[in-house]
Amino acid sequence: MSGRGAARLLALHLAVLALLFLAQFALPAYHHTNVARIMVLAAYAVGYNILLGYTGLMSLGHAMFFAAGMYGAGLPVYYLGFGAASALGAGIAAGVVLAALFGLMALRTSGVSFLIVSLMFAQAFYLASLYFNEITLGDQGFILSDRLAPLSVGDASVGFHEPAVKYNGALLLFAACLLLGLGLRLSPIGRVLIAIRENEERARLLGYDSYRYKLLSLVVSGGVAAAAGASYALLFSYAGSTFASILFSIYPLLWTLLGGVGTTLGPLIGTGLMFYLVDVASGFTSAYLLVVGVALVVLILWFPQGILGTIRARWLPWLP
Amino acid sequence: MSVDRNRFNRRETLKTLGAIGAGAVLPALAPSALAQPKGRPIRVGFQVHRTGIGATYGRWYERTTTAAAKLINEKGGIAGRPLEIVAEDDGTDPKRGPEVVEKLARQHKVDFVYGTLFSHVVIASAPRAGELKIPYFVVSEGYHVASGKLNRYVFQPGITDVRAQVTAMSSWIFDKLGKKVTMIFPDYAFGYDHRDFFSQAAAKRGGTVLEKLAIPPTESSFTKYFARVPAETEVLYHVMVGPGVLTFVKEMGEHFGSKRPKIFGFIDSLEGVDIASPGLEFLEGTYFWEAFPRYAQGAPAPQAQTYRKLVGVNDAGASVADPKDVSTFSHMFGCWETLFAIKQAVEKSGYRDPTPKDYRALIEYMESVKAFPEGIEHPQGAKQFNGRLHQCYGHQFVSQVEKKRLKVVHRTRIEDSLYEPEADYTKQPL
Amino acid sequence: MSFGPHLFLALLEGTVTAFVLAVTALGLSLVFGVMRIVNVAHGEFFMLGAVLAWFCASLVGTPIAGFLFAMIAAPAVVGALALAADRLILRRIEYHPEGTIVATIGLLYILQQAVLTLYGPDARPVSPPVYFTLTFPWFGYSGYKLVVAAISALLLAAVWWLLTRTTLGLYMRAAQQDLEMAQAFGVPARRVYATVFALGAMLAAAAGVLVVPIQQAHYLMGLDPLLLSFIVVIIGGLGSVKGTLVAAFVVGISDGVVSVFFSPTLAKIVATLLVAGVLVVRPGGLFGGDRA
Repeated sequence: MSGRGAARLLALHLAVLALLFLAQFALPAYHHTNVARIMVLAAYAVGYNILLGYTGLMSLGHAMFFAAGMYGAGLPVYYLGFGAASALGAGIAAGVVLAALFGLMALRTSGVSFLIVSLMFAQAFYLASLYFNEITLGDQGFILSDRLAPLSVGDASVGFHEPAVKYNGALLLFAACLLLGLGLRLSPIGRVLIAIRENEERARLLGYDSYRYKLLSLVVSGGVAAAAGASYALLFSYAGSTFASILFSIYPLLWTLLGGVGTTLGPLIGTGLMFYLVDVASGFTSAYLLVVGVALVVLILWFPQGILGTIRARWLPWLP
Repeated sequence: MSVDRNRFNRRETLKTLGAIGAGAVLPALAPSALAQPKGRPIRVGFQVHRTGIGATYGRWYERTTTAAAKLINEKGGIAGRPLEIVAEDDGTDPKRGPEVVEKLARQHKVDFVYGTLFSHVVIASAPRAGELKIPYFVVSEGYHVASGKLNRYVFQPGITDVRAQVTAMSSWIFDKLGKKVTMIFPDYAFGYDHRDFFSQAAAKRGGTVLEKLAIPPTESSFTKYFARVPAETEVLYHVMVGPGVLTFVKEMGEHFGSKRPKIFGFIDSLEGVDIASPGLEFLEGTYFWEAFPRYAQGAPAPQAQTYRKLVGVNDAGASVADPKDVSTFSHMFGCWETLFAIKQAVEKSGYRDPTPKDYRALIEYMESVKAFPEGIEHPQGAKQFNGRLHQCYGHQFVSQVEKKRLKVVHRTRIEDSLYEPEADYTKQPL
Repeated sequence: MSFGPHLFLALLEGTVTAFVLAVTALGLSLVFGVMRIVNVAHGEFFMLGAVLAWFCASLVGTPIAGFLFAMIAAPAVVGALALAADRLILRRIEYHPEGTIVATIGLLYILQQAVLTLYGPDARPVSPPVYFTLTFPWFGYSGYKLVVAAISALLLAAVWWLLTRTTLGLYMRAAQQDLEMAQAFGVPARRVYATVFALGAMLAAAAGVLVVPIQQAHYLMGLDPLLLSFIVVIIGGLGSVKGTLVAAFVVGISDGVVSVFFSPTLAKIVATLLVAGVLVVRPGGLFGGDRA
């Protein structure tokens, strides 16, 4: 990719981020917090997309990375009085370590086997969070807001309950993850990952150690998911086993598919769209999860490339 | 309706006569027609478990809420304003809970949020209510409100908490049934509350807990747990929730047969389930904690009977429309009483608009309340209210299964359920 | 309870669990083995069987009539649904492994939420067709549970007979071993696939009908059987009746016995990790190893 091309893409992404930044001044109150939540969850989906979209590995266990970040940040705040920044760091570290350990064991498998192994590990993680409920407080979970020290910005201190903190904190997280994803995608490493996705044998024949690249991808993917989990706990003040359950592994798959697998901005679109689809549907029926089911089937049948993926295929081939 | 004498004709006459006639009859039919609530409604957001594991309770919570709102509006509303309930399903999901609080507060712009039951959803949602600075009235039975772990905007004025229930029941159990107890409870927070508070009470009253059997919430077969009940158990204490409760009770019966210890359960194990169901015969003679006795007993108080009628429940605690649809009678009254508590708080505090000033007045008023008297507003019974803990305390009942019905054998005093307070919300800033 | 009777009870429970698990998992195993796809909605077919059984029981007078009606009607309805899903969805995506997973996850939610809408969120009991208690000196035990075990054994035998003695079974085994070769020999792959998918669903539904008098019918009851079936299938090998039965027994009995000594949650964690371990270590991955 030429320098100019890369600069253009960067400009596009920065424009999206600028739009998100400006939106906070225009959004009505209810949607303000919604968009903050969407951005954190979209960061989770960005992490998932690194593994699925760029490297071609489908996992059904990413909830364990999200939850590792959530507990990795939440437990130190709750028990040890960590501040937000160190808690975030701890959460990311937890996710990275877990992803590395998982990768060392699971990357010998691929395809459906990998999927099931990831599912099983995530389920074991979920059960462990219930089993060690003396520490994790199990599915009841625990609240962080009264233990989390406010951020100090210069001389002032702003608490996490401030809407501006939630929104901009979420935006910062999403921006970091998005740009990381973009950078990875455009870098030589990213190109190798895509080569592995397209045809692993050929990549290996060309001399690339596909195992090492996949492990790197998994670690980055897990780390980003953990960052999202840690941020969710810190910004929205709650950590509990529910976020480690299978449904939370299915969500990023759904969001990524909807937005466009293998596109950098797809996860944001997918997460936002699904959030509002469920919200609107719940006004009409109690069975709003039906929307999730129908969306998955429709997507896989007719739009396997998702929204941005289809746009890219038809009109905008330069979209990353 | 006026009559224009200049345009006198038969149609007008008939209409007028009709109006006069109706005007004469209607007040007799609907005495409160003149006290119709009017003006801007008081909007209460109802965070209801319509789907998910809490759905059985959610269904009855919704029926009770509708009935209470209807009565409140028939009697003139809240401070003369109509009460409007805005319901949103939270799927008994701690992720969705705070989103629903957000939606109710900021999109539907309700005055208060109310109605959550399951502990994990309450705990996940309460911080958001605190941040949004909107009063959050839970009907949860959990100890989390009184524990001080939540925030000053959270109240539980309509239903007692599990610590109070266990405290009250423990004295009766150790006194009347036996000192050696084995506990069976769900392997999550609600169960741990039972485990911990009952064990504390045992230590104080000279009882022993022989074995504590925690059952994973997704368990569907319970036989293997009964095998772990020690032979010297005098009392088997059970409290189970979730879709498997009927199986639990059936398998307990199959396992023990006639050679059984005394059995004391919390009606949570059977909320929504008919005691006369096939397979439950062995429950005969066992005891249950009830918050509000399901079967109307002896000469029931008139307000309790009115409550039953308005909520649509017969004397056996089942739906009048479908006697096979058994209600969650020991929990749903919490919704009724909470709505009336909200009414009282609005009227006595002068609350008018969702402003910080009016909310403060309302919260400070609630914190000053010491008691709720028994009556149509509180049909379960009189309550004490601890303003520092934001929690109410009430009578608890012990019932025995006799000929497939529950017969009350003991009613505790409110004092029997009190414990050392561990928190003080009034010290928190608003 | 002293150790001996406790162990006896654990073995009884374990045996019943194992048989039911074998029938539930066998469907998944066949689909996995012959079609090489993972059907994440498998647990929902089980749930549908249970819910339809409740429905049948409510239409008919006596529990035993309801049971018999359900044993015929529920698998039939669920089988038809499965055929439709195969035709409309799976065939269109050409049984692509990862696509099928996504599609069947979607199907899982559709079925679950449809049942929620039509049947409601409550758990409802179904009376067992026969009700008697076996009284041992140390404990009582539900007689119906042993009936369940017996019927499951019959179902397993029937499937085994199908696989080894009929043409369809021959086609299935051929397709499992080498699809291209089988097609070269004239095996109608499309029809075999559709039949296998339906058969898998019907077995799950039958298991649901059998189990529902012991549990209750609830719209969320499909998740646990799905996870357990995964475990059994991966340990026992794909497409093998014998393997499934052996694995179901290993899982069922060990779960019963291990729970005697350890917390059931811990037992589940260990089982889950073991399965992951089996997959990781197994040479040739998921589809290698022995067959029927």
